[in-house]
Amino acid sequence: MASTILEMRNITKTFPGVKALSNVNLSVEEGEIHAIVGENGAGKSTLMKVLSGVYPAGSYDGKIIYRGQECQFKGIRDSEHLGIVIIHQELALVPMLSIAENIFLGNEHARYGIIDWNANEKRTRALLKKVGLNEDPKTLITNIGVGKQQLVEIAKALSKEVRLLILDEPTASLSEKDSQALLNLLLEFKREGITSILISHKLNEIHRVADHVTIIRDGQTIETLGKKDISEDRIITSMVGRSLDDRYPPREPSIGETVFEVKDWSVYHPLHAERQVIKGIDIHVRKGEVVGIAGLMGAGRTEFAMSLFGRSYGRRITGEVFLDGKPIDISSVSRAVEQGVAYVTEDRKMYGLNLIDHIKHNVTLANLDGVSRHNVIDDLRELDVANDYRKKTNIRASSVYQLTGNLSGGNQQKVVLSKWLFANPKVLILDEPTRGIDVGAKYEIYTIIARLAAEGRAVIVISSEMPELLGITDRIYVMNEGRMVGEMASTEASQEKIMRAIVRGEGKAS
Amino acid sequence: MSTESVPTPTGVAEDVQQKPRMAVSALVTNLREYGLVLALIAIMLFFQYTTSGTLFKPVNLSNLVQQNSFIIVMALGMLLVIVSGHIDLSVGSVAGFIGALAAMMMVIWPLGIFSNPLVVSIVCLIIGGLIGAAQGYWIAYHRIPSFIVTLAGMLIFRGLCQALLGGGSSVGPLPPGFKALSSGFIPELIGTWTLVPPTVNAAGKTIFGSGLSLQMTTVIIGIICVLASAFFGIRSRRTRERHGYEAEPFSLFLIKTVIMSALVLFLVYQFATYRGLPVVLVVMGLLIGLFVFVTKRMTIGRRIYAMGGNAKAAQLSGIKTERLTLLVFVNMGVLSALGGLIIAARLGQAVPAAGLGSELDVIAAVFIGGASAMGGVGQVVGAVVGGFIMGVMNNGMSIMGVNVDYQQVVKGLVLLGAVIFDVYNKNKA
Repeated sequence: MASTILEMRNITKTFPGVKALSNVNLSVEEGEIHAIVGENGAGKSTLMKVLSGVYPAGSYDGKIIYRGQECQFKGIRDSEHLGIVIIHQELALVPMLSIAENIFLGNEHARYGIIDWNANEKRTRALLKKVGLNEDPKTLITNIGVGKQQLVEIAKALSKEVRLLILDEPTASLSEKDSQALLNLLLEFKREGITSILISHKLNEIHRVADHVTIIRDGQTIETLGKKDISEDRIITSMVGRSLDDRYPPREPSIGETVFEVKDWSVYHPLHAERQVIKGIDIHVRKGEVVGIAGLMGAGRTEFAMSLFGRSYGRRITGEVFLDGKPIDISSVSRAVEQGVAYVTEDRKMYGLNLIDHIKHNVTLANLDGVSRHNVIDDLRELDVANDYRKKTNIRASSVYQLTGNLSGGNQQKVVLSKWLFANPKVLILDEPTRGIDVGAKYEIYTIIARLAAEGRAVIVISSEMPELLGITDRIYVMNEGRMVGEMASTEASQEKIMRAIVRGEGKAS
Repeated sequence: MSTESVPTPTGVAEDVQQKPRMAVSALVTNLREYGLVLALIAIMLFFQYTTSGTLFKPVNLSNLVQQNSFIIVMALGMLLVIVSGHIDLSVGSVAGFIGALAAMMMVIWPLGIFSNPLVVSIVCLIIGGLIGAAQGYWIAYHRIPSFIVTLAGMLIFRGLCQALLGGGSSVGPLPPGFKALSSGFIPELIGTWTLVPPTVNAAGKTIFGSGLSLQMTTVIIGIICVLASAFFGIRSRRTRERHGYEAEPFSLFLIKTVIMSALVLFLVYQFATYRGLPVVLVVMGLLIGLFVFVTKRMTIGRRIYAMGGNAKAAQLSGIKTERLTLLVFVNMGVLSALGGLIIAARLGQAVPAAGLGSELDVIAAVFIGGASAMGGVGQVVGAVVGGFIMGVMNNGMSIMGVNVDYQQVVKGLVLLGAVIFDVYNKNKA
């Protein structure tokens, strides 16, 4: 029986007016991978911040016992000193510095303040090899993808002689392939005796690597499951406090005529003029139909959607777009919106919301004409609209005057959806609509999507989560390397079929 | 943190629960909002005391308005620039250049009928707009940082201003009709009402305190303003309640209205005992009203805030961010030109140093008024009050005889203090 490396006992942490954690207990064994799951806002990140000293000793109640000793961390330095390293969801790398500089940032091999670059580079090479990243240590962070950046973060953790590695949703923005590589790395660390705590929303990943799962709900530990008890149903039930018989809302599609059609759509890269990103795509969507676009990260799905929507991406865009059989001009965002095309971005914080403004103003932004006369806004009508959508999409907030920056991911997504629903589009393109959202909120988003289709709109859903596509769409396009490589009815589709289409497509492309 | 985990109370329970809390929270948020006005009042009272009552003297109030109006006029444009996430360092130089141009057109160049002050003013405002467009073009469509573009503009237009005036000389005197823009008062249409007839003493001088008469046009305008604001305030409360939304507590509304009305009436009374409302105050008042309306009620105002808050999201919501940025700078150019005309009209001549350094006062006014350097946040009223805080401090310290060097130190400290207070407040919230 392995010894216990970490025990957190009766941790209680209060913020003004909110009890974020109440008597949480966590026990992690030496050398295991311990997963923590829970809905957004359940308290997972708070717990990890308590552990790593972001919230210093004294600001919470309870005990942390690490390797047999009670610890009182005053800051993140104290915990790192003992080998506890946390990798946050938002990566903390400096984009314009090199990999080596980032790894040893604040921790450089230096003498009298003069950096020994050779030593740094040598160490970096060794660390990169360990995490399986084949890059020059001098490469700038900004020039490598998110997946590789994640590996750099892990290399950085290793450089600090980590014994307990905490990863906060490490695979949230990674492709399937990168996620697998990362999980394999964790398993390898496990063999080397490094303990990991993995916070994740992706139950299949947990299933694959975790030895134990602790479920947190509403700031309380619900239960800890051993490997043999881990099952998706069990976890979900514990997470949401009710059993979700069906993860996808039932719907009866009533599909009509073709509403939206794209023909021979081609796009070139905005910087590398000779690189064709989208290669002659044809798609069509019918009234009341939910169409999915599957594909790996980097397949060009977002680029396709954004180039369609007011040419927000790319150069030398060619192709035709038809709405109700007539060619339409959607070469600027405002024209696209006027014609009834809406695009809900995959990155709601960067591209979807004004985080320093409240719900009301965000909801009406894409359709200010809908609440104004002669360009003068009718405040009360706007308030009615905002409250109406708040109710319709079940945005949980104290009022529509709450800043969107203070909402949880799921509620932020509902605000973005509300904004586009109020613009009353005929065609709605949803890009990763449930990314970083917990199970409960996902269901609500699916319900909204189903309702949109039932109202007779054409809906396109881009998603990296194949079960989600299989669960909510009527038809799935498979995209790879800028091409559509497959099309299938959802009833006949499966994850294997989609993957096969991708792989076959890869063969074709080369 | 846990907006999701807190279950939403539904139905009637929600309303009942929230009522007592509403009043308190409304008071707290309003206190923050009106903190700036309270600060201005406190500063005014302070200087009223230290200058032994000179500050509120009718003559001095008129001076105060005439000296600072150009800062406030330009601050209106600067607010939009800063809210949209940019900065304009060129406004002082543009004002100087336009003042010089106006003087040349009216005094030196043989333009015949086109040297008429009104024609010159209109032409100058248009040229101001073109200058704004020229700078805004590079900022909006070529994404050159506004700091750099307007820094260049600052150098260019100061140089042009000096070149236009032929080196170091000043050009004047400007025609009286033009000077009225700054030093004039609104014409008395109704007549004056003598409260205390002037008593002449043995030496043939009027005794202090006697000879009090009111400019009735000014008084009437003041009363109309107060009544109109009260009327619209009540009407908007009514409509809110009719729609089933709770308006702010009536007591708070009443206190606010009474205090603001008293303040306005007091100032109007002071002006009325002197020569009435300064023309420039009326111009400024109308502009403030217009900009409050544009920022609070019009779609273009909302779009500017959205753009400043998140330009990319605004663009993907169908807002033409480039054109909007250009318009913001055109607006700034026009207001800089108006500022330049006001400066020239007050001095009665164009001087090479007109408006020198005023861009800093203008920017300071906007930041004291609570705008964020990151964009997306800021209020017209805040910028105006910020401008008045700077103005009252200038004026009060001058009367007190504080050395000009130390006046700058004090202004700097107030700017820093105001922003620190703001940031502290935000972090606490």
